[in-house]
Amino acid sequence: MTQIGRIYLLVVLFFLYTPIIVMMAMGFNESQLYELPFTFSFRWYEALLGNKQLLTAGMNSIIIAVITSVLATSLGTLAATALARRTFRGKSLLQLLLLPPIAIPWLITGTAMLVFFYWSGIGRGMHALLIGHVALAIPYVVLVVGTGFKTIRADLEEAAMSLGSTPVHAFFTITLPLLYPSILGAALFAFAVSLDQFVISYFLATPGYSTLPVQIYSAIRKGFTPEINAISTLLLLGSMTVILIFARFAKPGDTSDKR
Amino acid sequence: MRSDSLLNEAVRGPSGPRKHRMLPSWVATTALLLPTYAWLTLAVLLPLLTMLVFSFMSATPMGKAPITFTLKHYRAFIDQPYLLNIGWTSLVIGFWTTLLCAIFGFLAAVALARATVGRMRETLLILILLPFWTNGLVRVFSWTMVLRENGFLDNVLHMFFADAGSISFLYSRYAIVLGLVHGYLPYMILTCYIALVTIDDAIIEAAASLGARWWTILFRILIPMATPGLISGAVLTFVPVIGSFMEPRILGGKVGVTMGTVIEDQFTQAFNWPLGAALSFTLLAVVLAIFATFSGVLRRGAAA
Repeated sequence: MTQIGRIYLLVVLFFLYTPIIVMMAMGFNESQLYELPFTFSFRWYEALLGNKQLLTAGMNSIIIAVITSVLATSLGTLAATALARRTFRGKSLLQLLLLPPIAIPWLITGTAMLVFFYWSGIGRGMHALLIGHVALAIPYVVLVVGTGFKTIRADLEEAAMSLGSTPVHAFFTITLPLLYPSILGAALFAFAVSLDQFVISYFLATPGYSTLPVQIYSAIRKGFTPEINAISTLLLLGSMTVILIFARFAKPGDTSDKR
Repeated sequence: MRSDSLLNEAVRGPSGPRKHRMLPSWVATTALLLPTYAWLTLAVLLPLLTMLVFSFMSATPMGKAPITFTLKHYRAFIDQPYLLNIGWTSLVIGFWTTLLCAIFGFLAAVALARATVGRMRETLLILILLPFWTNGLVRVFSWTMVLRENGFLDNVLHMFFADAGSISFLYSRYAIVLGLVHGYLPYMILTCYIALVTIDDAIIEAAASLGARWWTILFRILIPMATPGLISGAVLTFVPVIGSFMEPRILGGKVGVTMGTVIEDQFTQAFNWPLGAALSFTLLAVVLAIFATFSGVLRRGAAA
């Protein structure tokens, strides 16, 4: 039984990774029409270097992801502190309000943002994308940091405060250092959420300002070339690296045993 | 005695001016929460409200045409019967995706929980979840490389049967469902695994030693125990799938017309925002109904 189970898991992994590996390999194939036999070439990566549009979009993606990560982590950590350590009325309602950005299909959220930003004069473009990305990342930050809070004993802060420390001082000297792995993990996660975000960006991008996934989508619809494989490979490797680092920092379900 | 009084002082804390300097508790709480919730209000709640208003408008308020308020966009399903077909297509695609994810995801979760331990399990779990957190668009695009005519699938086939025709099924509903299953399978595996991993080995050993066959263990122990995971996985698959638009576009081509692509069109091609808004809200109503139905199970899943 154990053998069958392991073989089945290998089949699942094969299913999950085959298309990705095929796609990556085709970025290194000489033929423009993805024809075989396979001839190894860096041609499409070289072409990428000359593609201003994709490079600019890639740069935009990274900048947005960094700003999103910083903003969402700061705001989300504050909110997580209140939700984890303070008692107040309406807490469960506030926790429920974190769900819409995660649970409602992004198509609905994205089109709603488009309508509201148009109507209110906020408009589209970089600032609009930032507003959207940060909102999508905040719930994940609250979740990751909130989980981090569960692993820290509240009595440490209480002890500090009963010894005369102010709540703010206790937070910065006791809680924050203990929480640091979770916060770093949350920041990485927010970065990945923003880097991979397509739907929201698609509705809020302008012809002059877009991100990499938006450019990839329009390229796919126009008729794709192996250049798209090359840039997609870079994007996938980028986000996989970030997520793997995240997995090292905030092992889900593992931290609570470390006391 | 002396040490006791010291300890008491340490526990109670020095009484005195510090207490008076502190702000009232609600001020600090509000200060902590305000930035996040103000941001969410601006970015999510107000937009949803605005879209609700737009869905009752007679036309997109861009030109000079006077705007009146009407229910006609919500009647679109009656006035334009082809929308019913499209809605049905979305539900069918959602149903098959969810069913396939549930079957294969549950089995994978059982295999993970029963056939692996320690580091191997941890590595497998990360490998399974890794694609889920990468770009969905790129993963969908990857399938075109496999499924297209003379793509990877055809080439593998021709290695064994040189003169076989093409079995390419890109631009079909099968391709859409396949791409969506690929996208959401990791999630189903995770939710089922979280439910299954809590099962005590002793229960299954006891059942086996008392003579239970594998199907008894499956249907009497594993499936009932995994039900919360199966339900949350199913909800969290079905909901995004019925709102998907890039998967049907890229993998479905001309046959890939779903609620998602129709809504996308209203905002990017047809510029009929009120109709798009009404369709979005109809979809949202379906989504909320699903969440409301399963909220109990989902909440227990979130607490675990």
